[in-house]
Formats: sequence, C-alpha cells, structure tokens
Amino acid sequence: MNALNLKLIRDLLAMKSQAVAIGLVVASGVALYVMSANTARSLRESQQAYYDHARFADVFASLKRAPKTLAHQVAAIPGVARVQTRVVEAVTLDVPGLAEPATGRLVSVPERGRPVLNDIHLRRGRDIEPNRPGEVLVNEGFATANGLQPGDTVGAVINGRRQDLRIVGIAMSPECIMVVAPGDMFPDDEHYGVFWMGERELASVFDLEGAFNDLNLTLMPGASVAEVIRRLDRLLAPYGGAGAYGRKEQVSNTYLSDEITGVETMARISPMIFLGVAAFLLNIVLARVITAQRQQIAVLKAFGYDRWEVGFHFMKLALFIAVGGAVTGGAFGLWMGRGMTNLYASFYRFPTGYYPDFTVMLTGFLLSVAAASLGVLNAVQRAVRLPAAEAMRPEPPAAFRATLIERIGLQRWFSSSARMTMRNLERKPWAAALSISGIALAAAILMVGNFGQDSVNYMMEFQFEKSLRADMTVALVEASSGRALQNIRHLPGVMHAEPYRSLSVRLRAGHRSRRVGIMGLEGGGDLYHLLNVKEEQVVLPPEGLLLSDKLAELLDVGAGDRVTVEVLEGARPVRQMPVAGIVTEFAGVTAYMQLSALNRLSREGNSLSGAFLAVDPDQQDALFASLKATPRVAGVSVKEAAIASFRKTMQSSMLQMRLFMIFFSCIIAFGVVYNSARISLAERSRELATLRIIGFTRAEISMILLGEIVVITLLAIPLGLAMGYGLMQLMAQAMNTELYRIPVVISRSSYVFSAGVVMVATLVSSLIVRRKLDHLDLVSVLKAAQ
Amino acid sequence: MSPKPVFQTSGITKIYHMGEVDVPALRGVDVQFFKGEFVVLLGPSGSGKSTLMNILGGLDVPTAGTVHYGDRDMTAFGDAALTDYRRNHVGFVFQFYNLIPSLTARENVALVTDIAENHMAPEEALEMVDLTDRLDHFPSQMSGGEQQRVAIARAIAKRPEVLLCDEPTGALDMQTGIIVLEAIERVNRELNTTTAVITHNAVIASMADRVIYLLDGKISKIVQNETKVAAAHLTW
Repeated sequence: MNALNLKLIRDLLAMKSQAVAIGLVVASGVALYVMSANTARSLRESQQAYYDHARFADVFASLKRAPKTLAHQVAAIPGVARVQTRVVEAVTLDVPGLAEPATGRLVSVPERGRPVLNDIHLRRGRDIEPNRPGEVLVNEGFATANGLQPGDTVGAVINGRRQDLRIVGIAMSPECIMVVAPGDMFPDDEHYGVFWMGERELASVFDLEGAFNDLNLTLMPGASVAEVIRRLDRLLAPYGGAGAYGRKEQVSNTYLSDEITGVETMARISPMIFLGVAAFLLNIVLARVITAQRQQIAVLKAFGYDRWEVGFHFMKLALFIAVGGAVTGGAFGLWMGRGMTNLYASFYRFPTGYYPDFTVMLTGFLLSVAAASLGVLNAVQRAVRLPAAEAMRPEPPAAFRATLIERIGLQRWFSSSARMTMRNLERKPWAAALSISGIALAAAILMVGNFGQDSVNYMMEFQFEKSLRADMTVALVEASSGRALQNIRHLPGVMHAEPYRSLSVRLRAGHRSRRVGIMGLEGGGDLYHLLNVKEEQVVLPPEGLLLSDKLAELLDVGAGDRVTVEVLEGARPVRQMPVAGIVTEFAGVTAYMQLSALNRLSREGNSLSGAFLAVDPDQQDALFASLKATPRVAGVSVKEAAIASFRKTMQSSMLQMRLFMIFFSCIIAFGVVYNSARISLAERSRELATLRIIGFTRAEISMILLGEIVVITLLAIPLGLAMGYGLMQLMAQAMNTELYRIPVVISRSSYVFSAGVVMVATLVSSLIVRRKLDHLDLVSVLKAAQ
Repeated sequence: MSPKPVFQTSGITKIYHMGEVDVPALRGVDVQFFKGEFVVLLGPSGSGKSTLMNILGGLDVPTAGTVHYGDRDMTAFGDAALTDYRRNHVGFVFQFYNLIPSLTARENVALVTDIAENHMAPEEALEMVDLTDRLDHFPSQMSGGEQQRVAIARAIAKRPEVLLCDEPTGALDMQTGIIVLEAIERVNRELNTTTAVITHNAVIASMADRVIYLLDGKISKIVQNETKVAAAHLTW
C-alpha cells in the first residue's frame, strides 16, 4: 500500500468514532431505502402475480336482480373479456365467543370447478362439496381474528332464518386481501368476514335461482374502463344496478395499492433525509480535517502531488465512510426488507414473496456515494485550491470583536468564559449556523419518527367520539320503511335511535366524477355530528349537499358550486344540486344530506338503510342477542369493538415501522450532536490548553466548551421542532389518499421526546468531550508555534 | 564549477496584496545557482529569502521577471509542469519539519518515492541521514533533530537536482542543528545536489561555497568563500 493510502487509513482511525457516527447515519439511510424499496417492489410484484394468477376482475358491479342470460349481453360489450355472475348477500352472524353480532358477506362460488374470476385459494381445510348444505369457506382474516378452524360453525340469519354455516376451509381471494365493511373507515377482521358458499344453495335461500345480483368482468388489453363501465351501467340500470366501478375503487385493491405507494414514498423520502444529514456531517468534519491539515496538504503539494491526487485523497476519506455505511446499511436493509415484507404478508392476506433487487442495492450504494461526494465537494475544493506556499503558513488568527450583547453594554452580566463562548459563536456565525441546523434536523427527524401515532389518536377521537356519537350502528339488508325504525327502537336497551339512509350515486362536476354514497341524516340529530376542520358542528342544510373535504377536492368544487347527482338506485333520477358546505373527514369520501331531502331526491318516501343507536350498557347483551336473531339486520357495528379491533391492527403494523424510524432518528441525533461536539473540541483544544496553562481549572475550560455546545443545542431544539412540523406536513401530503388523510397532529409528548433525545445526546457527547478535555496535551501548546 | 547555471533569475519581483496595501517581497532579484554548489541565503526576517525559495521551488510564481531552470522558463510553467517539477527535480526541507504525523519515518519518505521517477529506496535515504534505527518510528516518537533528518531523507529520496532548505536548524539547538547540517553537507557532497540553505544564522554561511545576502527584497552582496568550514566545526 502506498504511503498516501496509509495516511488515509491512519487519519480514519484517528477519527474513528466520528467516522462510525457518520457511517451509521449513512447506513440508516441506505437501510431504510433498501428496506422500503425492496418491500415495495416485493409487494407490487406479489400483488401483480397474485392478481394475474387468481384472475382478479377489472370491473365490479352489484344490482338488485337480473336473469343469468343478461351475462351474454354483458360479454358482448366491446372490450369485455370474461364475465362472472354471482350472488352476494350480507348477513348477521353469531360468532362463538363474540358477544356482539358480526357481519358476513356471503359470496357464491360454483359447486364444481373454479370461479371464472376472483379465484379463491385454500389456505387450510378443503373446498366445499356439492350437495352438502351449509358448507362454507371463510376468509383468513376473519378466521384468524375469531380463532375459527375448519370444522367450526358460525350462526347466521339468512333471509330471516337462522342457519349454521359449517366452515370446511379457510381461503383467500384477490378481492379481499384487505376487508373493509361497506361504510366503515377501517378494516375490522373480527366483525366483518367473507364467506364463500355454493351458488345453488345461496341462490335458493335468497330466491335468486337462475339470477344474479353481483357481476365481475375482465377487460381485453387496451379496453377503456370508463367506456365499459358506462355501457355496463346502462345495461344494468333496469335491474337495479348500483353503478359499476373499476379496480381503482375496489376497496381491497385501493387499500393495498395505497399502502405500497406509502412504502414507496418512504423509500423516496427517508434516504434523502438521512443521506442529506450524512453529507452535511461529512462536510463539517472534512472541512475541519482540511483546516487541521493545511500544512500536510502543503507538504504533499511541495513534494509534487498534484491537486487531483490531493483532492482525491480527501475525497477517499468521505467515500470510505460512505461506502462502509452503504454496505452495512445495504445488508441490514436487505434483511429488514424480508422482515417488513413478511409483516405486510401477515397483515395483507395474499401470497407474498420477497424479491430483493440488485438495482435497489446499487441505487442505495450510488445514492450514498453521491451524497458523500456532494457533501464534501467544497471542502475538497478548498484542499485542491490551497496554494502550496500559502498552506505552509498556519491559518491567520481569526478576527474577534466584542459581541452584539457586549456592544450594547450587557457584558457585566457575563463571566469571561461566557464572553468567550459568545464571541466564538458570533465570530463563526456560519459554523454555528451549520451546527444548529444539523442538530435541528436531528430533532426534526425524531419528530417524524413519531409521525402517525398522535395523528391516529386524533383521528380516532375525531371519528369515534366527536363525530360518531352513537354506541352502535345497525345496517339493514335493504332500504326499509319507517316501521323498521320503530322495531329497532323497541329492541331491549335501545335508548335512542336515529335513522340514516345511504344512497349510491355518481357525482359529476365538469369532467370529474366519483361514485360515492350520500348519507342522509336527520336534521338536528345527536348521534352523528358533521364537523368542520375546527371540530365545530356543521348543520345540515334543508337542501343541498355537504361534501367531505377530500371529495370536494376530487371534484374540484367548493361551497356554492353545483354538482350533478345521478342516483344509482330505484328510479335513478338525475338532479343538479348545490354544494352547501364542506365537512372534515379523515377516511373515505362521502356526501351528506338531510334525510328528508334525500328521500325526496330518491323518490322513496320515508325510507332508511339503518340507524344509529344510543344503548343502555346494562342491557347490551340482551340487545346483541336480539340483533343476532333479527332478520332484516345486515350488520351491526359496535363502536367500542371497532375501536379495540382497529387499535390492535394499527399497533402491530405501525409499531415496527415506528421503532425503526425512532431507532434511526436517534442514530442521527447522536451522530450530529457528537460530531458537533468533537469538532468544537478539535477547533478549540489548543486555545483551551493555553487557558489551562495560564491557570484555568478543568471545570472552567469545560464550561467554555460545553457552554458553547449547550447554547447551540438550545438554539437548535425550537428550530428543529418547527422543522419537524414542516416535515410532517410534507409526509401527510405525500400520504393523502382517497382512503385516508392523516392530519398533522403532534402531541406535547412528541415534542418532549424529540427535545429529550437531543438533550440526552448532548449530555452524552458532552461527557465524552469532557473526558477528552481532562487529557488535553498541555505541553504540545508550548512546542512549535504552528 | 560548471559554467551553465541550474537556476538563473532575472529581475524577479514579487508583490503581495495585503488588503489595500501592496507589500513588495522581492524587488528585482538577479541570481544564478550552479550544479553541485552549496549556497547560503542570509538575511533578516522580511528580506525576501523565503519568497525567493518558494519561487525557485515552484511553490509560488513571481509577479514579474523570469526564472530559468536549465533551459526552461519556469514562469511559463502551468500547474501540471510545476507539479512535475516539484515531484521529480526539487527537494524541500522546512523549519518545522512538516512530517505527516500519522506516518512513520519510512512511510514519510515513501510518500515521495511513491510518486518520483528516479528515486532511491526509503531505507537508503534514511541511511544517508543516519537514521536506520528509526525506520518505524512515528514523528511523535522522535526528537526534533531526528524529525528534521527524516525531512532531509524525504527531500533527497527522489535524487533531486536541487535541495532547498528553509531555516533547517531554526527550531533546533546547536548540537542537533550541527548534526542536521552535517546530513545536508553529506547529501551535497555525495549526490552532487545543488543545495540552497536559507538562514539568518550567519555562522552557517561559512560552510557555503557562496553566500548571498538579501535585504529588503534585493541582493545586497554575494560573497564567494575561499575555504569552506565543515559543519562539524561550526559553533554558535
């Protein structure tokens, strides 16, 4: 090895703790990138492979009832490849061990052979067999959440009759990778399940023999989804078609695709933050190394090393750290990616493989090398430009002057060591600003690590306490008359009930359109409040629509604009309606109207789809028992149970991600703070040694240096908290989808956590620096006056 | 003494711009150095010795005037030519040694032999300065005199045509200084290297072939020594 490379290695060893700290920051960025990118890639590939393999439909439609022969006409629509008709019905379930009723979606499958589309795959047990009534397959999520095994039975109220569903197998389907009950915000595997049942049996109990009420189709390559949907809607309208929709609006698919997009977003954002910090650290460290090695650089030049050899020598220092970090981080990220993919695989139920990609590794590697090179560019340029003769002289003493505080006459309030600290900060405002912004960035990233937690709590409170004030929501099988409401009010334990009507419509504004449900609520109702962004209640206008904020954004309309409402049920009227206002919602897209106005719109008289209930807790069990046996009830959603189930899912999936983020954020915080402290020490050690010689105590010189570090930290923390808020806004923007909007909510504890970690990092770094101060080489100061 | 000079300068001036004032460091210097010659440049602080040395060594360029190295006009050299010149033709010894602290004696010398074309082995160079027992010591493990001898070994390992020494004994006591001067003397004699030593210590002038006196950026006089005194016999 040549002498210059030996010098490189020895220089690196001399600054090994700083090099490791920076290397770890690089490693964190690369690890997060490799993990996220490989996870996103694995999920995308697995999703696509599964969709292809299981023949996932492109277009979905439900209707009241149509003869099976209609399928031929559907197949004749240009662009349609394959058509599958089914019977799909919602039923109330009585699950062993579950007090509250659950809801089941019964989906027909052929008694023999595979479904044409949306094929189901057995995970355990066996397929249903013809002529064995009551046999069903159940989706894996529901089975797992309720501990159901093949051989278990679940009670169901099917078309008014209680019947046992005998589970023979546990299965999955591309349609229900993620299962969300209609009208619900979040998946609730415990209370909503999908059951597959023989078509003949299902059709016969729902009087749909020779008919269907659900249809899926796939498209020919290049066919227009919108055009097929338009023709399909026209064809299905006389049969009570509720509006067809494409994969983009299929809940399970949207959920999974949004999640993958989220992981991809993270793969883009996280390395930028981490590698940006690493570049920044390398810059300040290398600038310091180059200042300290002015004479060495001059000697190298005097002996005939050219400027590129000198520049590359210092560049290698940065590259060595970056490459070391990238390799470590890459390996770690590869390993974490497998864990993360497995975690998603257990959360989303579909066959998932881990497909790490070489190009991901290479990109991570190149990104870190590029970040390191950019970070040290100007420091290296300084070394390259340093004229050989000038470099031979030590840097001229810096110009000091009294600080602003002293100039305005406050000096008597400060000790001489405090004055030294202040003058040093004021003399090098850029160096101080760099340190402050570095530490601020660490504080900001620490806040991002907590992103989501506070927001989810806020969303839960907003949705389940402030907005939905009912204890329970009961959905009826189909729109029913006011008599149904009377019946519900007479159920045991029901203290108060308010009806609602959900109507499928397509809203149009200009060229934009969305298929949504309009929720009709009683004016002046107390069990479901619509709120604006300030959490103030928005009163339903007697006429016109309230749109959720995301829906207004999607349609590009605001209060006062008009939209076209195409009702997709019953007589299918089309009307122009004004948008009366905007309400805040964090999940889904919904429009709201007064129930009476909605019923006038749908021309259905006094009808309801369900009711919100306030329930006497003492009689809850009796109410559950009656609901489980009530024929027209299609589903019951119990607030407490939904909250508990949601928390369980969110915690398992988010916790791991948060732990990763927090772990890496702590690395950044320590990396930045420790490096700042070490650089201050290196820059000041000669001066401090001189002070010791003239009689300052260890404690006194520690005060000068640590005082500077503390001042920098205290200035950095508020800035960092503000930056963290900004970063969260960016993340929230990146994660804003039709399914969810994540509000930027940061609790006091997140601020405290972030500030606390930075302060602990400062404390630990200060202690290390303090130890080094105790071993200051006093004699060296007296030697050569360099 | 060969009639053809190694260096020939004519009318070189060097002006440093310090803020709003121009400080002339050299004001028209004409001087020649010959093959194998031992020259001492003598003068007080600020007389322009170091500036002249830096220009001869290719570390700096004059504001006006020309410097010829052999037949070549150094003032026309670009960065690459200056680098090549320093790499292969000139050796430097500095007052404060300027060793790389993270490299051993042998490695400091290797720093030069790694890149020079016509070099000797690092061990051979260290042998010339009598440091064979200090090969693997780091600068911090050596005395000032030893460090300066490593610096000399580092300067001569490329077999330079010219050896430029800027106050080589300035940071040393007399005894150690003499050992260092003996090493320079030996290199001059055995390798026939043109040697220029800058000093403000007049005693050292007696070991030179020629003494050039500088004052206020000009040559005040040049003295040819009749007899050279060996370094070992110097005292101050």
